[in-house]
Amino acid sequence: MSPHAHAAHPDTGPISGPLLTRETMAIGVVAAIGLLAIFYRFLFGLGAVTALNDGYPWGLWIAFDVVIGTALACGGYAMALLVYIANHGEYHPLVRPALVTSAFGYTIAGASVVLDVGRYWALWRVPLYFWHWNVNSVLLEVALCIMAYVLVAWLELSPAFLERGLTASSPRVRRFSAWAQPLLNRALLWIIALGLLLPTMHQSSLGSLMLLSGPRLHPLWNTPLLPLLFLVSCIGMGYGAVVMEGAISSLWLNREPEREMLAGIGRTVVPVLVFYVLLRVFDLVWRGQLDALFALDHYSVMALMELALFVAAPLMLLSTRQRRDMGNLFRAAMVLLLAGSLYRIDTFLVAFNPGPHWAYFPSLGEIAITSGLVAIEILGYIVMVRFFPILTAQRPPRPSLTAA
Amino acid sequence: MKALTSDGVSRRDFVRICTMAAAAVGLSSSAAAQIAQAVARGLKPSVVWLHFQECTGCTETLLRTSTPGLAEIVLDLVSIDYHETLFAAAGHQVEAALQSAIKQNKGKYILVVEGAVPVKDDGIYCMIGGRTALEILNETAKDAGAIIAIGSCAAWGGVAAAEPNPTGATGIPDILKGKTVVSIPGCPPNPYNFLGVALQYATFGTLPRLDEQGRPLFAYGRTIHEHCPRRAHFDAGRFAEQFGDEGHRLGYCLYKLGCKGPATHANCSVLHYCEVVDAWPIGLGSPCFGCAERGIGFNVAQFQTIQIQRPTPPDTYPPIKSDQGAISPVATGIGGLIGGALIGAGYMASKKLGDGPAATEVEDPKE
Amino acid sequence: MGISRRSALKALVTAGSASAAAALPNLTADAAVLPAPRPDAVGLLYDATLCIGCKACVVACADANNLQRDTAWSDGKWQAPLDLNANTKNIIKLYEDGSQSSFVKQQCMHCLDPACANACMLGALKKTEFGIVSYDPTYCVGCRYCEMACPFNVPKFEWTNAFTPKIVKCELCRHRLAEGKEPACTEVCPRRAVIFGKRADLLKEAHRRIDTAERGRYINHVYGETEAGGTQCLYLSHVPFDKIGLPDYGPVPIPNTQRTLQHGIYQGFVAPMVLYGALATVMIRNRKARASADSEEAA
Repeated sequence: MSPHAHAAHPDTGPISGPLLTRETMAIGVVAAIGLLAIFYRFLFGLGAVTALNDGYPWGLWIAFDVVIGTALACGGYAMALLVYIANHGEYHPLVRPALVTSAFGYTIAGASVVLDVGRYWALWRVPLYFWHWNVNSVLLEVALCIMAYVLVAWLELSPAFLERGLTASSPRVRRFSAWAQPLLNRALLWIIALGLLLPTMHQSSLGSLMLLSGPRLHPLWNTPLLPLLFLVSCIGMGYGAVVMEGAISSLWLNREPEREMLAGIGRTVVPVLVFYVLLRVFDLVWRGQLDALFALDHYSVMALMELALFVAAPLMLLSTRQRRDMGNLFRAAMVLLLAGSLYRIDTFLVAFNPGPHWAYFPSLGEIAITSGLVAIEILGYIVMVRFFPILTAQRPPRPSLTAA
Repeated sequence: MKALTSDGVSRRDFVRICTMAAAAVGLSSSAAAQIAQAVARGLKPSVVWLHFQECTGCTETLLRTSTPGLAEIVLDLVSIDYHETLFAAAGHQVEAALQSAIKQNKGKYILVVEGAVPVKDDGIYCMIGGRTALEILNETAKDAGAIIAIGSCAAWGGVAAAEPNPTGATGIPDILKGKTVVSIPGCPPNPYNFLGVALQYATFGTLPRLDEQGRPLFAYGRTIHEHCPRRAHFDAGRFAEQFGDEGHRLGYCLYKLGCKGPATHANCSVLHYCEVVDAWPIGLGSPCFGCAERGIGFNVAQFQTIQIQRPTPPDTYPPIKSDQGAISPVATGIGGLIGGALIGAGYMASKKLGDGPAATEVEDPKE
Repeated sequence: MGISRRSALKALVTAGSASAAAALPNLTADAAVLPAPRPDAVGLLYDATLCIGCKACVVACADANNLQRDTAWSDGKWQAPLDLNANTKNIIKLYEDGSQSSFVKQQCMHCLDPACANACMLGALKKTEFGIVSYDPTYCVGCRYCEMACPFNVPKFEWTNAFTPKIVKCELCRHRLAEGKEPACTEVCPRRAVIFGKRADLLKEAHRRIDTAERGRYINHVYGETEAGGTQCLYLSHVPFDKIGLPDYGPVPIPNTQRTLQHGIYQGFVAPMVLYGALATVMIRNRKARASADSEEAA
């Protein structure tokens, strides 16, 4: 019997509520501005929209949309590790919502790649022209892995669509769902295993990417341990994203948060973060970079801020009382996500030094498009949970938890 | 030809002179042969030369050559039918000569005007034979084949029009509006600038390409600065600061002493005067005065430095690292605002999550 | 219960560390093998002591490569690039510091082990005939990873081209080499300050110049002989190389660390497949364990 049989999700169902609220309309405006900016980008090119230049050819869209975005979308990966490898079945209800964030997150990251590259119309050659593959290119591996994982994430989520499809009004959809579901259930284990392999590969390789900048990458970040550091921190960020998503959707959709499970996630992530901090410090000591760490130039300050955040997060999750306090749990998740994001921004943008004569900060166009993409992702999440069985159905919430 | 040989000039010398004259003004060597042939056939175009508010320097410049007899020989290539300086006659005789020259060569003569024409008070400040310069000019210009204004005074007023210009001295092109007037400014201009135009018209019946002020491009198309032999010093920042100082002795750029070369269109830097090498102001260590340029000569003070009219071509080099990439302060501000807003909103949300009695009742699944 | 999750996790961690351990010694060891130049490797020898800064090479390069003139710095009047860019594959810059000054010619260094070619996903940038690092836009997606990789900041991107932007960099005029001519810059240099030839010959010539010149004429080093694993464009200078924009790089090729690590982990795709097998195995065992636990409860 597959771990994902319908019986395993007895309590999930679409969440009722209006799609168009004041908040969603505000988000819609942000999304619309982003779409306009995207149109402008395609019409007038990268030079007209972004502040990217030949000194900093990678900027907000790579460092934030792709690298941080996919790490934030590692909730599905982190939950799959917890539930299917470490066999903690009690966290199962958190898997589907995490998969929604993963599927959307990686899709948006993929869209960001299409926006960022100059010759996007040639991207189809990357997966298809295997005889041209440069196996030395880490970026190729990242690209292929991410393309594959986008498919895998949606496939992992497809049981939710099929379950909804079984009760659809159209008979053709019902027939298709009835036919597809058993097939999917049989294959699901192998798909999930892929969904565990692929992020392991590309999240670590995202770190390895920056190794090629070699002498132009500041020693505080330039370490052969980059892939391991990226992998461990992404798993931590995955758990952090699950907590954030659980808490925010409870506020937004007017539901009880899954307190026990989220507290458990908070407990799970502590050893991951401790391991990260130990690894990072060990790496700096082993490579003789302690002087650089405390040099108090802007590199040192950023690295110290990273470490401080990575230390603060587990400290906020040590005791049961701290973890039971949803507010504190949420704040700890925020700190954790900030820590991982800062680490990635630092590795890709701060540590990278093309020379003192180059400068970069994201332009309004880049900010507009990134904000628009995030807005689209949020709206997509809301649509998903309102139409498909993702979240567990609940009794009406207590008045004190009603969002304003 | 007989007249020339009797002057002691062989045919070979004559052809050589025509070649030099043609080359000096940018005509091809085949033009030289045509000039020689035209002269040999006795076909010499008529020239009527008027003098108004002038110092006769432009006439003198034509005569000041170091090659013996050249001026006369060249002048023998054209037929001067009226010239107040060169003619021995005077009074009614010479006026009659002017009228007959005009009548006989109607539509074909070259009208050369030297000197400015006063226009104030109906032009009474220059009168010849009872007629105002204005009258004479308009009448003579009517039937001219080509009109050449020689010298800065005729071209745009020159020294005659210097502040406060009490007589209203005006250049010829500003009076003969609508007519093509070739201007040869300079004080005096290099004689070959004039001769080139005259020879071309005499031989081919055409005028050289002119700029918007009517100056032939072959002579006035570039500024002194663009062709100055001291340009390297300007580019390298080596200047004479005072007359007689080290830089002046070493022949450095005279820009700081008020040289108007960058603003003056002329060819003095490549075609020196009196056929003596370096016989031109800058060559002698004197900053260019801008005598040929309207608005500069007799207008801007001798030692006042001039604004460079066209920026120097980059004889400058990019540094090893030049600043590139701009950071928009607006984007920075908005980025900061968004980040701050998100963190703030997160904190507020955490506060909302924090209150709830259910929090303390939850059992950790792992306990 | 079958395989416990504890032992499963242990197995995964062991496998992971084993791969890492296999890769790490190669990185910590100082044994970076210098790449061998091809026998037909060609390049440039630029002698900064001979260059007069006439910039004829800049003009000739733009002509030979059909590049638009970059006139931004001169308000649109003359070709005056500030740096290599999408219109400039070759540039002369000036270093000045009090009494010291030197011109420097910048263009692609045509490294023996180029970081850009290592980065390029479909091999649009590749080391081709004569060891020239060539660019073929057919397989370029405009990802600009090559720009992130190049230690000399050489590849430039056509930011203003909205639809078909390309990477722009010197390719040693390989279209002229194919016709038996030399690169435009070396052909036009009036002082033979930059010359073209086989890398081996140029290296010999460079050392000969150092050895036979008067004292103080040259810094006693040929830049590009070993830097970043060696480059095919070599430099002689009378001022320190880092002052003229040629950083002090060691002999380890730029891609070395990343390539060793990546190959160490992914060689033959073995580790990923093993990991996939291990993951699937653990999941199957867990499922079986849960099923038997459920049936025990039901019983």
